[in-house]
Order: sequence, then structure tokens, then C-alpha cells
Amino acid sequence: MKTETSAVNINRSIGDFSYPEAHVRDAGTGLSERTVRYISDVKEDPDWVREFRLRGLKTFLEKPLPTHWASKDLEAIDFDKIRYYLSPGTEAKRSWDEVPDDIKRTFERLGIPEQERKFLAGVEAQFDSEAVYSNIKKAVGEQGVIFVGSTEGLKHYPEIFRKWFGKVIPIADNKFSALNSAVFSGGSFIYVPPGVKVKHPLQAYFRINAENFGQFERTLIIADEGSEVTYMEGCTAPKFNTPTLHSAVVELVALKGAKIQYITVQNWASNVFNLVTKRGIAHENAEVKWIDCNIGSRLTMKYPGVIMKGRKARGEVLSIALANDGQHQDTGAKMIHAADETTSNIISKSISIGKGRATYRGLVHVPKHLKHCKNNTECDALLINATSRTDTYPAITVRGTGNAVQHEASVSQVSSDQIFYMQQRGLTEAQAMSLSVNGFVNDLVRQFPMEYSVELKRLIELEMEGSVG
Amino acid sequence: MFSVANHELVKSAPILSEPSDLREFPDWFRDQQSAAWKEFEGSPTPTRKDQAWRFSNVALLDLAPFRTSPPLSEDDRKNVLKYSRGLDKYAARMVFANDQLIERDVVSEDLKRRGVIFQPLERAMVEHADLFRKYFMSTEARLGSAKFAALHKALVSSGTFLFVPRGLEIKEPIEIFHWLRHENMSVFPHLLLVTDELAKVTVIEHFRSCDQHAAGFACGVNDLIAGPGAKVNYVCAQNWAENVIALQMNSTTVDHDASAMSLNLHLGGKYSRFESLSRLIGEGGRSDLLAVAVAKHQQEFDARTLQDHISPHTASDLLYKNALDDRARTTFGGLIRVEPHAHFTDAYQKVRNLLLSDDSEANSMPGLEILADNVRCTHGATSGQIDEDQLFYLRSRGIPAKIGQRLLVTGFLDEVIQRLNHSVIGDYLHGMIEEKFAA
Repeated sequence: MKTETSAVNINRSIGDFSYPEAHVRDAGTGLSERTVRYISDVKEDPDWVREFRLRGLKTFLEKPLPTHWASKDLEAIDFDKIRYYLSPGTEAKRSWDEVPDDIKRTFERLGIPEQERKFLAGVEAQFDSEAVYSNIKKAVGEQGVIFVGSTEGLKHYPEIFRKWFGKVIPIADNKFSALNSAVFSGGSFIYVPPGVKVKHPLQAYFRINAENFGQFERTLIIADEGSEVTYMEGCTAPKFNTPTLHSAVVELVALKGAKIQYITVQNWASNVFNLVTKRGIAHENAEVKWIDCNIGSRLTMKYPGVIMKGRKARGEVLSIALANDGQHQDTGAKMIHAADETTSNIISKSISIGKGRATYRGLVHVPKHLKHCKNNTECDALLINATSRTDTYPAITVRGTGNAVQHEASVSQVSSDQIFYMQQRGLTEAQAMSLSVNGFVNDLVRQFPMEYSVELKRLIELEMEGSVG
Repeated sequence: MFSVANHELVKSAPILSEPSDLREFPDWFRDQQSAAWKEFEGSPTPTRKDQAWRFSNVALLDLAPFRTSPPLSEDDRKNVLKYSRGLDKYAARMVFANDQLIERDVVSEDLKRRGVIFQPLERAMVEHADLFRKYFMSTEARLGSAKFAALHKALVSSGTFLFVPRGLEIKEPIEIFHWLRHENMSVFPHLLLVTDELAKVTVIEHFRSCDQHAAGFACGVNDLIAGPGAKVNYVCAQNWAENVIALQMNSTTVDHDASAMSLNLHLGGKYSRFESLSRLIGEGGRSDLLAVAVAKHQQEFDARTLQDHISPHTASDLLYKNALDDRARTTFGGLIRVEPHAHFTDAYQKVRNLLLSDDSEANSMPGLEILADNVRCTHGATSGQIDEDQLFYLRSRGIPAKIGQRLLVTGFLDEVIQRLNHSVIGDYLHGMIEEKFAA
């Protein structure tokens, strides 16, 4: 069972190691126009990208932190102490053998690609700022699927990516999307041609290896008419003494009849600020589905969204958050209905352990004169300890007749009867608790691809250790 | 309803100038008022960016046109009395117009002898200074309107003080009327209700305008204090004219084994905001928060609530229903907060919007903040329209679509009113709703 154990071994303790830094390119500490220009120079950005970055910087500096509604913990981020760009100075590798040994060791310890390579269609792993290894199975490449890093995508396929780049999430969407627009590097650019159904998931792993480093990857996925693609990302970082920032922007475009499924298992170390903007546009009959699992980080603020722009478009967010001591998982979903007969579904499950805090924040918007739009939202929160905290803050706007929106949320704890029953069947209290929690998320986890659901269950078990008694 | 009097604006001051010194209050109260005025002036005007004012049309909160009223004429006073009809039977009542006390039907000698206090504010603050000072605006306005609570405190000039002593039950409801008379007048209605241990009382407040189209401003506070084991029912029947800007701030404090039930019916006003803060401070306490709003034309109703569970073993249940027609808007922002150590909390919150037109808009923000475990909290929000099947059924029974629709809407709203479990008041409120639909 070598394969399976490697697949489930992605947990924080295993990710908690780092290699000596040997970065060829280093933009230094702090953020200024100089930093942004440096990144542009290294990446040989075309002029429009340079300008885009500078506009991002300007917007970032102008916008205040959103602390009037969000956690005051954001004030703990010292933007002057962050390193915005590091790279080993190598181009993305095409085969596993070309990847430097020490970096390869990192990924092997994470238990990721080599064993799964046979299964996964393409893997791109990002180490600090740049993708160090990417591989797309020949078959996928032959189908015309483009799967490259953001730099390469903008440089070699501007006719495809420029049209949508920064359009789903504009620079000024929020302070952190502006920051990402200024300093982005890495991330995946994917284009799936019309009618192509990518059978196996495309996959990326992100890792922060350097202290004080901020990671700002940018991902853009375009699924052309009638195509289908699944993308999975995982992230880890070793625990450094000072807080680290991860601020990504992910844009998805599902054209007529296309389907995009985007899966994230986020397991950053518990001092990473994870402030990510994710949004998809679904055209007529298209479907965008976010599956979002947040296990790690100190503060996560992430509300994947879908704009249903075409008739009969569908949007879905399935979210699992686990907040342990010192963690605040502020997650949720945004559903913007912009055409008739669009449907959206949000299912969120959160678990708060110890002093952990899980927050659901949601937005559902059904504007005027639309007909037969439907939204269903369910949020369930589970509290494990007396010191755990959970919040729910949805905002729902409905205009006009002919639409149906429902929201439901509940908060509960593990039933003592259930625990008692399992204990008298010979399980320890901790085992019973863990089983109970897995049961709580089970119906959601079942919808995940197999290897992710196994990984997630293991992660939950590990997090539950020592939380009882 | 009222004949148009040739009313002159004699010496009526804009409310945004200093509060006048004309009224005779004790020094300590005057000091409180000037402090509150400073607080009002010093605090920022709410903007839509404030979480507590999200979705609110804050542009409507321009207070510049509004004035304090000069003494009303004898005619006005007579007319107000003539139209102050509510319930057939009541234990006692007070009638105010433009904050001036028009009439007071005192409680029976028997109740008085047993210790019931039912007095206008300005008298209670002198005759029962200790009791009054202990409870008067003792709970901070936490739901966004701190600035307007300060304005109320600075400008309040009358109102009702009701104290029900230990173990006493007042069978019939106590009635209070607040009227707005003339264009651009302002009122600051106040109710302070204190119940001692095991006391029981029902209070109904009516808010009405004399002039159908007159603009006006109402900024009211009602504080309900339910002592240990007490039972308090509070009903607000708000039917201001459609040009009135109304703010109402409620706080309800529920001690151990006490229960409080409040029902707020909102029919009138251009912009009507209602903040309700329910604090459960003792084990076994229970609070029911009910509200119905019927929004038509360009009306905007804005409800903000907080069910604050401070003590373990407490329960709260909120049910708000809105029916929206034309270009009306409603906003509901509610929060259940379970404080640390408030274990075994049982809390519910439900808001349902019925949209009857394509231009209406319903915003819902049902929230939860849970800092304890062993709790059962659920909330739900739905927005939808009339079920076509139900309408079809009614039509197949010979009921015209228009009447069928009204039946279904009132049926939808009646669920809330039935929770009150008081048939007389229930019928009365139902009649008000019917009247609004008929208009």
C-alpha cells in the first residue's frame, strides 16, 4: 500500500521542514515600485503586464485594510518585512528527473507527485515564486490543452489569456487582489479547447520555503465551449518564526456548456496569512464548482465566488473548514446570479476545536427581473470544546418574484449519546470523537475525488488528536 | 382624518439646534441631556460601509428639516383624543401627540394601592428617582444607532414609566398612543417598563400620524426589564404616515426564569428602522422576538436584532416576516450571540420574505456568533413568492386571484401574530394589516 500511505501523508508535521535557500533572484524585502519593476524585469514582462502590475501597486497602497468587517488580526501583517519575489533561477522542468534533488526531496516528503504521476494528468509544483516542475501527460497535450505557468502563459499565449486575465477579478476588487496584481508570479494558466474533456485532474502544489516570504500565485483557467476540466491544488509551508503571507488570485472562465471543478486542500503552517480571491464566470449552461478545504493557516479569508452570467448556468461551493487553536478560518462563498434560470448551491461545514474560530461569510445576490433563479445554502458548524467559536454571517439580496432562495444554518456539538454508544462498543473517547467528526463531514467529503477524500479524512483525524479529555 | 388647521410654525426650533431649556427637569437629568447632546454631535453619521448599516438607505437620514413642536392647539388635542381608539378594554392608557401628554387614564385605585406605578417620564424621574435612574437608558445601543440613542436621550421630553411590583398581574393590556401632528415635526417616544419578580403585564404602543402625507421624524426608545420569573408582553403597532422617518431602539433584559415576548408590526414610514436587543442574563430566561412588516410603494424597513445569550440555559426564538410589494425594500440583519460560558443555549432565528412584485428587494443577513458549546442554534432565511399551486387551488374554488393572493399573504403573516397567543390583540393587528392591503 505504498501509494496510498504516501498520498495521505500530507500533513503539517511532514510539511514542516525546509531546505537551505539558494535563490538566484531575490527582490529583497518590502514593497515599492522598485520591487515591482524588478519582478517585471526578471520575468521580461510585456509592457501591458508591467503597467498592470504598477496599477495593482497603486490600488493596493490606496485601499485600506477591510478591518471594518474582517478580523483585526490583519493588522499583524507587516508588509514591509515581506519578501515579494524569490526564484531558484531555473525554468520550469518538464520531467521529474530534471528537478533538482533537494527540491525533489521536498515533494517526496510531501508524498506527492512521483507515485501519483501515473494517475494525474499533469502536475505543476510551485516552490516559492516559480513553478519548478510541470508535466502534462502526453495525451492531454495532444488534445490541445495548454497547462503552463502564468509567466509563460502571458508571454506565449497572450491571444488566449489576455482576454480574460484580470477580468473576472479586477485589480481593485479588494486590497489583496491588488497586491497580487502587483507582484504575482507563478500559478497555472490552463486552456481547454472546445469539446475536450480532460479525464484526469490537473494538479498543482504550492509551497513556501523561505522565511518572511509572501507567495502570490495567479491562476487562470479557461474552459472553452463544452469542455470539462478538474484542477486540484494543495499547499504547505514549514513553520517559520515570523508570519508569512499567501495571497493568490484564481480566475475561472467556463464558456458555454463547459464544466470546471476546482479543488483546494489548504494546509499551510499555522502562521500563514492566507488571503485568497477566487472567482469564476459561468456562461450559458456552464458549471463552476469550487471544493474548498481549509485545514491550515493562521487566518484564512477566502470566499470562492461564481458569477452566473449565462442562462441555466450553475455555481456550487462545497467548503470544509477546520479551525484549531490559534486559527481563524474565515471562509464562505459568493453567488452572483446574472441570468435567468441560474442555480447555485453552497454547502459549508466547519469544525472548531480548542480555541479555534470558524466563520462562514456568504453573499447571494439575485438582481431584478430574473426568473427562476434558485439558491440553496446550508451551513453547519460543529463545536468540539467549550472554548471553540463559530460565526455565520450571510448576506442575501433577492429582487423580484420568480426566484427562490433559502438559507439554513445550524450549530451543534458532538452528541454525547453517540460518544457513549461508541465507547461502550470499545472505542476510546478520542476515537469516538474522531469518528463522529468524520461522520459530520462525510456526506460532503464523499463528493471529493477519492485520493483527496482519503487525505482529508486523515488530516481531520490528525487535527482531532489530543482535542478530547 | 384631521381637518387641515391653519397652523403657524410658532417658535418651533429645528432639532439639530441645541435642546431647549424650557422644560422643567431635575438638574441631574439636564446634565445627562447635555452630555448626550455632545455625544450625538461628536459621533459620526452612519454610512453604508458600517456593517450595522449595510444595505440601509442612509441618505434618508437627513434630520435638518425636522423641528420640535410648539404646544398643540385645543382643537388638535381634541381631535387626537377622538381618534385614539385601539383596544376595547385596557387597564390604563396614555396618549401623546408631538410628545405632549394629552390624556392619561390612570390604573385603578386597587392596582395603584398594590404598588403599580404608571406615570409620565417627567413625573417618575422626580417621584421615583432611584428606580428611574437605575434603569433609564441603562443598556447601550449596540446595533448601530448609538448616535440616535444619544439624540433621543438629549431630546426626550416625555414618555411612559411603568413599574409592576412583585407577583402582580395586570390582566388587561396597558395602551400607549404616540401621534405626530403637522409637517416636519419630531417625536421622541419613550417607554420604560420595569417588572419585579413574578409580575405579569402586556403593553401595546400605537404609533400614528394625524396627517396622511406629512413628513416627520420619530426617534423612540423602549426598554423592557423582565425581573426574575416575570412575564412581559410588548406589542408595537407602527403605522406612521408614509413620509415619516422612524427609528426605534428596543432593549429587553430577561432575568432568570422570566420570559419576554415582543411583536412589532411595521406598516408605516418612508424609512423605518427597528433595532431590537434581547439580553438573556439569568438561567431559564426566554425571549421571543416577533415582527411583521408590510412594505409597499417605496417604503423601506430595516430591522436589526441581537439575541444575546449571556447566561447558560436560556432560550430565544425570533421570527420575522416581510411582505414586499411595488418598489419596497426590506433589510434584516440579525445575530444570535452565545457568550462564553452560556452553555445549553437554545436559540432560533428565522426570517422569511414574500416578494409580490418585480421591483421589490429583500436583504437578509442572519448571523451567528457562538462562543460556547453544548448549544443548539439554527437560523434560516428564505425569500420567495406566492405559491402558484395554492393560488390555483383557491381560484378553482371560485376565489378571484386578487382576493386569493391577499388571503395567502395575510395567512403567511398571521403565523407570526398567532404566536402572540392573544386573540384580542391578534385580531386588532390583523385588522390593521387588512386595512393596509385594502388601501
